[in-house]
Amino acid sequence: MWVYAIRRLLLAVPTLIGASLIIFAMVHLAPGDPIAAVMPADATQAEIEATKKAYGFDKPLPVQYLYWLGRVAHGDLGRSIATRRPVIEDVRDSLRHSLALAVSSSLVAFGLGIGLGLLAAFRQGRVLDKLASAIAVVGVSVPHYWAGIILIIIFSVQLNWLPAMGAGSEGGLAEYLRHLTLPTVALSLIPLGVITRVVRSAALDILAQEFVLALSAKGLWHRTVFFHVVKNAAPQILTVLGLQFGFQLGGSVLVEAVFSWPGTGYLLNLAIFQRDIPVLQGVILVLAAFFVLLNLTVDILQSLVDPRIARH
Amino acid sequence: MKRLIAVSALAVLALVFATSAFAQGHLRIGMTASDIPYTGGQTDNGFEGFRFVGYQIYEPLINWDLTRGDRLPPLVPGLAESWEVRKDNPARWVFKLRKNVKFHDGSPFNADAVIFSFESIKKRDAPHFDSYGSAQVSFRLTALKGISKLDDHTVEIDTGAPTSFVPYQIVYMVIVSPAQWNKVKDWRKFAEQPSGTGPFKVTRFVPRERLELEPNRQYWNGKRMPKVDKLTLFPMPEPTTRLAALRSGQVDWIEVPPPDSIPQLKGAGFQVVTNSYPHNWTHTLRLDKEPWNNKLVRKAANYAIDRVGICKSLLNDMCIPATGVAYKGHPWFGKPKEVYEYNPNKARDLLKQAGYGPGKPVPKAVHLISTSGSGQMLPLAMNELIQKNLKEVGLEVDLQPVEWNTLLTRWRAGFQAPDNQGLNAWNISWNFLEPWSGFGRFFHSKSVVPVSVNTMPYLNPEVDKLLDEAEKTFDIAKQDAILARIHEIIVDDAPWIFVAHDLNPRGLSPKVRGFVQPQSWFVDLTAATVR
Repeated sequence: MWVYAIRRLLLAVPTLIGASLIIFAMVHLAPGDPIAAVMPADATQAEIEATKKAYGFDKPLPVQYLYWLGRVAHGDLGRSIATRRPVIEDVRDSLRHSLALAVSSSLVAFGLGIGLGLLAAFRQGRVLDKLASAIAVVGVSVPHYWAGIILIIIFSVQLNWLPAMGAGSEGGLAEYLRHLTLPTVALSLIPLGVITRVVRSAALDILAQEFVLALSAKGLWHRTVFFHVVKNAAPQILTVLGLQFGFQLGGSVLVEAVFSWPGTGYLLNLAIFQRDIPVLQGVILVLAAFFVLLNLTVDILQSLVDPRIARH
Repeated sequence: MKRLIAVSALAVLALVFATSAFAQGHLRIGMTASDIPYTGGQTDNGFEGFRFVGYQIYEPLINWDLTRGDRLPPLVPGLAESWEVRKDNPARWVFKLRKNVKFHDGSPFNADAVIFSFESIKKRDAPHFDSYGSAQVSFRLTALKGISKLDDHTVEIDTGAPTSFVPYQIVYMVIVSPAQWNKVKDWRKFAEQPSGTGPFKVTRFVPRERLELEPNRQYWNGKRMPKVDKLTLFPMPEPTTRLAALRSGQVDWIEVPPPDSIPQLKGAGFQVVTNSYPHNWTHTLRLDKEPWNNKLVRKAANYAIDRVGICKSLLNDMCIPATGVAYKGHPWFGKPKEVYEYNPNKARDLLKQAGYGPGKPVPKAVHLISTSGSGQMLPLAMNELIQKNLKEVGLEVDLQPVEWNTLLTRWRAGFQAPDNQGLNAWNISWNFLEPWSGFGRFFHSKSVVPVSVNTMPYLNPEVDKLLDEAEKTFDIAKQDAILARIHEIIVDDAPWIFVAHDLNPRGLSPKVRGFVQPQSWFVDLTAATVR
C-alpha cells in the first residue's frame, strides 16, 4: 500500500511539470503584449526593454519557462501586470473563496447525488427511480449560470431572502454562509445530475451480479446486502467524486461571474480579459496542482477500498 | 441651575443634530468596472475611475462644479485658489495654491506636493515616477511641459507655447501626498494606503471585491463635506448582477441598469436618473488601411446604422442618436453637410461609388470592443446590432471583445502596435467636455500616437490650422465658433462611425436623497444621503 502511494506521489511530479509546460506554452502562444498595460504610450524603446527585463519577458521562452518554474518552486508566482500585486496573494485570497464554494457545492451534490442514485438503483423502474432520473437529467441539462440568474431573481429580488452578489466578507461567518448559499446551489446542479446517474448505474451493475443474489439467497438482511453493493460500487463512484470536486474548483468561472463571487474563477476571467500572464499562469497552475492532488487522493482511497487496485 | 439645565439640553440637542448631519447612511455603489480602479492617484478604468476614485480620494488644482444638473459644469477653484496666464509670457501659467489644506495622512498640501505629483507623471527618471499612473493620464496632459515653484503656495506651469487649454488639462492631474509616498516608497503600497486631499478617504481595500471610504472630516471645503458616513464601491461588470444587487438591497446605486429593466425599476419605486452630457459612443476607424481608408465607405457605414432603433428599441430611450462628435444644440455642432440618418439604400449607393459590389466585396474589418466599462453603455448588444446593420449593406465586421481597461491600454498604444496590427477600429465612448478632449487629442496631426491618441491617424491640414487657432483663442465665443467649423469638417469626413449620445442612466434606491445628476461624466457624491 505504501509503495503504491509513494509511486503515485512520484508520478504526480512529472504530471505537474507537464501541466506547467502546457500552461506556460498556451498562455504565451496567445496573441497580445502584456507589457503595453504598464507603459506610457510615448515610452522609448529603452524603457520598454527595461520593463520587459523587469518582468523577465526579454528572455527566450524556454529560459522564461525555467525561470518561472524556479520561482514557482520557491513559492513565488510573480507579480500581476494589471495591479502589480504579488500573484500569490491574489491566488491565496481568491482560492479560499473558491475552496469554500467547491466544498459546499460538493457536499450538497455528493450527498444528494449518492442518495438519489442508490435510491433509484434499489427502486429500479418505480416512481422513485423515475423521479431521481428526472432530477439527474435536469441537473446535467440546466446551464449553471442560467440557474444562477433564476435563483437570484427568485431568492434575492422577489423574496429578498438571500444576497445576490459578493462574499459578504465584511460580516461574520453567518453572513458569509448566507452569501454562499445561492452560488452553492447553482454550482451543485451539474455534479448532482452526473453523480446520481453514475451511482445509479454503478449500483445497478453490482446488483445484477450473482454474488448479490447469493447474499440475498443466504438470507442476509437488506442492510448488509446494501453495504456490500455500496462497497463494490465505491471505487467507480470515488473516481467520479474526485473528478467532480476538481471541476467544482476549476469550473466555477461562470457562476462566480454571475454572483460576483471573488474566487479563482472570477480572477481567471479578469486575467484572461486583461491578458495578465502572471496571474493566468499562477491561477491555472494552482488549480492544476489541486486536480493532480485530488486524483492522487482518489487513487489512494480507491486502493484502500479495493486493495486489488494497488496490487495491479 | 435652570440655566445650566437649559444649556445642557441645548448642548445635547446640538450634538444630536450634529451627529445626524454627519451620519446620514452608508452609500453602496455598484460600478461597471471589473476591479477596483487604481487608487494610487492617476487612476485607470477611464472616467469611471475618475468618477468614483480619482475625484473622491484626490483633487486637482481646478475642479468641475458638479452641484447642478441644468448646465454644463463650469471649472471652479480646487486646490488652486486662482490661476492666470502671465502677461509677459503667455506660455506660462501661474497657480496660487490653497493654504491650510492637509492630506489624509496629516501632511500639508503645498507647492512641493504639486511638483511631486507632476513629476510622478512626467519625469521618467524621478524615483517617484509612476509608470502605470503616467500611462493612464499623460496623453491628457500634453500641454504641460514643465513646472517650477515660485513659493510654498505658488507654482508656475510652462506650456512651451501659448495655449488656452491648460485649465482643461489640469483637471485630470490629481495631487497625491509626497509624505505618504515617502513612507512606503512604492506605488502599489501607496495604492493600498492612498492619501489625497479629497472629500473621502480610504479605510479598506479588498481587491476585486470592495473599496470602503469614509468622509475626510478635515476637508477644506465645508460646503462639500460628505453627508454619508460611509461609502463602499463594488466592481460589478455584469449588468444583471448590478440590477439584482440593487433590487435586493445590497447596493443603493448602480451604474447603467439594463435598459429593459428600467420600467420595472421605476414601477418598484426605484429612481432612474438621467441627463444629457458630453458623451459620444463611436467606432473610431483606422484610416490608413482598407476598408476605412475610403471616405465613401466610412460615410456608407454611417448611413447604415439604425441609431433611432438602437436608442428606442434596444436602449429604451436611454440615448440620443448621434450624427457627429457633439449633439445638435451644442455650441460646437455647427452646420455639417452630412446628416447621418438610417438609409441603407444610400449606404449601398455610396459603396457602389467606392467601387465595391457583389463582384468586389468590401474587405472584412476587425473591431475591438469591450464587454462593459465607463460610458460604454451596453457594448455587446449594441455592437451586435451595428454588426447586423453593416452586414445588411455589405460591410462585414468581426467583433473582438476584451476587458474595458485592456481595450483602453491597447487603444493608447495605437493601431501600429504589434498587438493591434490586425484591427480596423475600436469601439470606445469619448467625452467632449472641453476642446482638447473633444477634438485636439483626436484630430490634430501633432496628437498622433505616441504623443496623444490620434490613433486613426486623422491628418487634415485645415483642421490642424483651426485647432491651433482655437488653442490660441482665449475668448470662449470665438473659440466655440472655430470648434463648430472643425466639427462640420469632421462630420463630413466621417473618421468615426457616430452612433449615440448616452443619457447616463443610474439606478438609485428610493433611500438615496440629495444627489444631483450633472451634465457630466463625473459626479459629486458629497451631497448624497441614504436614509
